[in-house]
Amino acid sequence: MTLLKRIWKTNLTLGFVQPILFLLGMGLGVGSLVDARTASSDALGGMGYLAFLAPALLATTAMLVGAFESTYPVLAGFKWEGTFDSMAATSLTTRQIVAGQLLWWATRVSLAVVGVTVVLVVVPDTRSWGLVPATLSAVLCGLSFSTTVGAYAATREYDQSFNYVQRFVVTPLFLFGGAFYPIEALPGILKPIAWVTPLWHGVELTRGFVLETIGFFAVLGHLAVLFAYITLGLYLCDRYFTRRLYR
Amino acid sequence: MGQQYRVAVLPIVSARGLTKKFDDFEAVRGIDFEIARGEAFGFLGPNGAGKSSTMRMIGCVSPVTSGTLRLFDLDPATSGKEIRARMGVVPQQDNLDSELTVFDNLVVYGRYFDIPRAECKSRARELLDFVQLSDRADSRVEPLSGGMKRRLTIARSLINQPELLLLDEPTTGLDPQARHILWDRLYRLKQQGVTLVLTTHYMDEAEQLCDRLVVMDGGRIVAEGSPRELIAQHSTREVLELRFPAGTNAERARSVTDLGERHEILPDRILVYADDGESVLHEVHARGLSPESALVRRSTLEDVFLRLTGRSLVD
Repeated sequence: MTLLKRIWKTNLTLGFVQPILFLLGMGLGVGSLVDARTASSDALGGMGYLAFLAPALLATTAMLVGAFESTYPVLAGFKWEGTFDSMAATSLTTRQIVAGQLLWWATRVSLAVVGVTVVLVVVPDTRSWGLVPATLSAVLCGLSFSTTVGAYAATREYDQSFNYVQRFVVTPLFLFGGAFYPIEALPGILKPIAWVTPLWHGVELTRGFVLETIGFFAVLGHLAVLFAYITLGLYLCDRYFTRRLYR
Repeated sequence: MGQQYRVAVLPIVSARGLTKKFDDFEAVRGIDFEIARGEAFGFLGPNGAGKSSTMRMIGCVSPVTSGTLRLFDLDPATSGKEIRARMGVVPQQDNLDSELTVFDNLVVYGRYFDIPRAECKSRARELLDFVQLSDRADSRVEPLSGGMKRRLTIARSLINQPELLLLDEPTTGLDPQARHILWDRLYRLKQQGVTLVLTTHYMDEAEQLCDRLVVMDGGRIVAEGSPRELIAQHSTREVLELRFPAGTNAERARSVTDLGERHEILPDRILVYADDGESVLHEVHARGLSPESALVRRSTLEDVFLRLTGRSLVD
């Protein structure tokens, strides 16, 4: 069908600056402490902390950018700028508008993730062909946030709601989603929460691919979860975009 | 009324018992109208009269609650996409894409209608010429003045060469010069055969642009006709406006109530409706009343509205 021209926005994304800071701060700082203790190093499967952390930043970056791109920019399209309303008045269907939005999210997330990938190529510990599937997985991880959060944004009237997304979804996942330490280290009740969130699956994929520690069925399982989130998110986007635009 | 306008050919828009409800609020309460091809048709009324809700239903972006609405003899509920492809929309709030240039706003919008890119570009050039914005083609949207943005929005609405153009309060918030430029462009479109449907709360705009209009109030149509007919039917030929010193209007009014056919006491002035305003003014002076100012003018749609609803158009 019609290819939507939403890729015009050329704002260079600086989404990869933050992960680099984390990589330096946590990877080198905390890493030196962790690696100094043989016991902790064993808990990470014998690898250095930098190698453990770095691939996960692909997924966390994807989440941060993916979630952000579907908060304010989406509400702006409905409310402040009316871009979506202007599209609704044309012969586009909601489905096409959502498809265009998906393409845009994919572009933004990819740009940010590829930035991190480039950094990981430079770091010897993570230089591997596994970065290719890891990067793709990270994009899927980002999209599972974009689509679901985007659907939520379509139901919102005020941007204060996005603080909740940040406080109760993005930040906790960032901290407890298995990026900085294996979720096995979490107390019992928190583990299942990590299992159902897309970030943990993204982290497992990116880390598994880069460090070549992941099995075939694990890959399938994690991908299935990410695709399930994206499918659900797109379904909800179609529904809530329609409700918002044609009322 | 209105019977003599009923068109032999199929109307481009027709509505019967059209209603729009939002939760428990009824914005449009069962209205009937027909719009003929090539006509300039207006919805006149104050804010909250139901004009914009009606326009959104015509624009196929708001489902009809009850009643029937047909455009190009199609049903918006099932053929929204096809109808929108033949229509241009100028919304109340300009929703141009601020991240694109003036020219790209038109091209990208054309792409939403699946018009080939090259065709979009050539149409965009023509349209920018038409709305006198050619020299701003590569500019961003933000620095444009309100009138320029409005013209760009109109140009954008024409990119799919619509048969029907919907304009929701096209000149609200514009300065007089910008309004006149806009009216001139709209008039040209009408001459080219484009059917114009507009809402406004400016009577002068309605008089300038509309062949026929309906007056809306509280979600209902309270009158229908050409501007001239409406004035002839609901008002006198002339109006005498009298201003007395502040606070004395009501008291002075008592001494003029028997003059003219009818009168309205507004907070700041008294309107005396009469076919011959000068002779009434003469009588006012003969009675020894000395208003601070007195003005005889022709009746306008504002007077019609005041008569029909007991309220002014612009509050």
